[in-house]
Amino acid sequence: MRFTTLTLAAALCAGAATASEVAPGDVVFNGSAVEASLTGVAGNADEGMKVYSSKKMGNCIACHQISSVDAPFPGNVGPSLDGVGDRWNVAELRGILVNSKMTFEGTVMPAYYRVDGFIRPGNRYTGKAADDTFGPLLEAQQIEDLVAFLSTLKE
Amino acid sequence: MKFKTMSVIAAVAMALPTFSMADPDDDKLVINGEIEVATKVAPAAHLDGALSEVMSGWHFRNDDTQAMEMDDFDNPGMLGAENGMAIWEAAEGSEGKSCADCHGDPAESMKGVRASYPKFDEKAGTLMTVQMKMNECRTERMGAEAWKYDAGKAIDVEAMIASHSRGMPVNVAIDGPAAPFWEKGKEIYYTRYGQLELSCASCHEENYGNMIRADHLSQGQINGFPTYRLKNAKLNGVHSRFKGCIRDTRAHTFSPGSDEFIALELYVASRGMGLGIEGPSVRN
Repeated sequence: MRFTTLTLAAALCAGAATASEVAPGDVVFNGSAVEASLTGVAGNADEGMKVYSSKKMGNCIACHQISSVDAPFPGNVGPSLDGVGDRWNVAELRGILVNSKMTFEGTVMPAYYRVDGFIRPGNRYTGKAADDTFGPLLEAQQIEDLVAFLSTLKE
Repeated sequence: MKFKTMSVIAAVAMALPTFSMADPDDDKLVINGEIEVATKVAPAAHLDGALSEVMSGWHFRNDDTQAMEMDDFDNPGMLGAENGMAIWEAAEGSEGKSCADCHGDPAESMKGVRASYPKFDEKAGTLMTVQMKMNECRTERMGAEAWKYDAGKAIDVEAMIASHSRGMPVNVAIDGPAAPFWEKGKEIYYTRYGQLELSCASCHEENYGNMIRADHLSQGQINGFPTYRLKNAKLNGVHSRFKGCIRDTRAHTFSPGSDEFIALELYVASRGMGLGIEGPSVRN
């Protein structure tokens, strides 16, 4: 019974995720910006902060710092994101998250919603070659949640 | 007033660690009070201005970790080197020979070896690492089995051999027959591998001194290998370290002992030309 419920829930989630979602290869750039939501579902800023600070999700905190996020040892490879919501609009933030190289040529920042063009892509952190489970670093809704969170960062 | 003083102290206390973590320090490395090791040197011409100063990873570690390397009794890597010496003296294989039977005292015969490898080997017609030379002896002269690359015994013997070059400057040949290997290693160094699209240079050339979370990025120099890492509490070979780095870019890695890593070892060694050999060093 429990198994059935879980399966059903999983099926519903999967259905919801694919119905109106833009696949990584279908994202439309306007210059370096991505105007359209990847899911059509408004981003949740609280969830976005989790994606930002969780090592298992975006792990943005490994390279960036935000004064309002209380976590030890933020990195400094990338710039502080304080006030980032003033510097970039929602479409620009989405574009930077999907593929930062469209905004900053040669940046060390990874592309979080792209699945092609890699050299020797691996299967997560196993060191083995990528297989058919290979997907983008973040899910479409996680990108939307991050966009919502980052756009709240105003000075 | 009191509050104000406290605030100032707090501000200074908070600012200081950030500062000291963000920059390599200026300490001097002397091992056992006698072996002086060059840990900051002028870059070699072939670096083409990529680094303004060449620095050992020792400068990027905290004082406690640094101190462990300054005394052989505190350096856990020296236990591996001691075991390496026991292996050196033990006969093995169908010929009943030990390393010592041909090479005698490694303090003399192996002096400078770690500093000049990888090296092009005329007889073999290829670039060879210290471990490849060790295995050549084992299979061709001792009648023993080759060790797996970077496996425990191989690393212990390599650590012992490296210890006899401590303080000697890295001095690898990159011209002549070594040149194509060096070029190949350089290309690998600058290739942005994996789903994170990071090259060695992304972290260790463009961002040394910066922090990835609590990790202080060094220049990725290899003058300290084999390296005892506190993180996994064992001696680590340089190819295994390369593998770990490439794995962490979410890439399909190369294997220890592969042609790619042999070439990369030569190239990365050449970036540290002039640094003193530290192996077995101590790092995070």
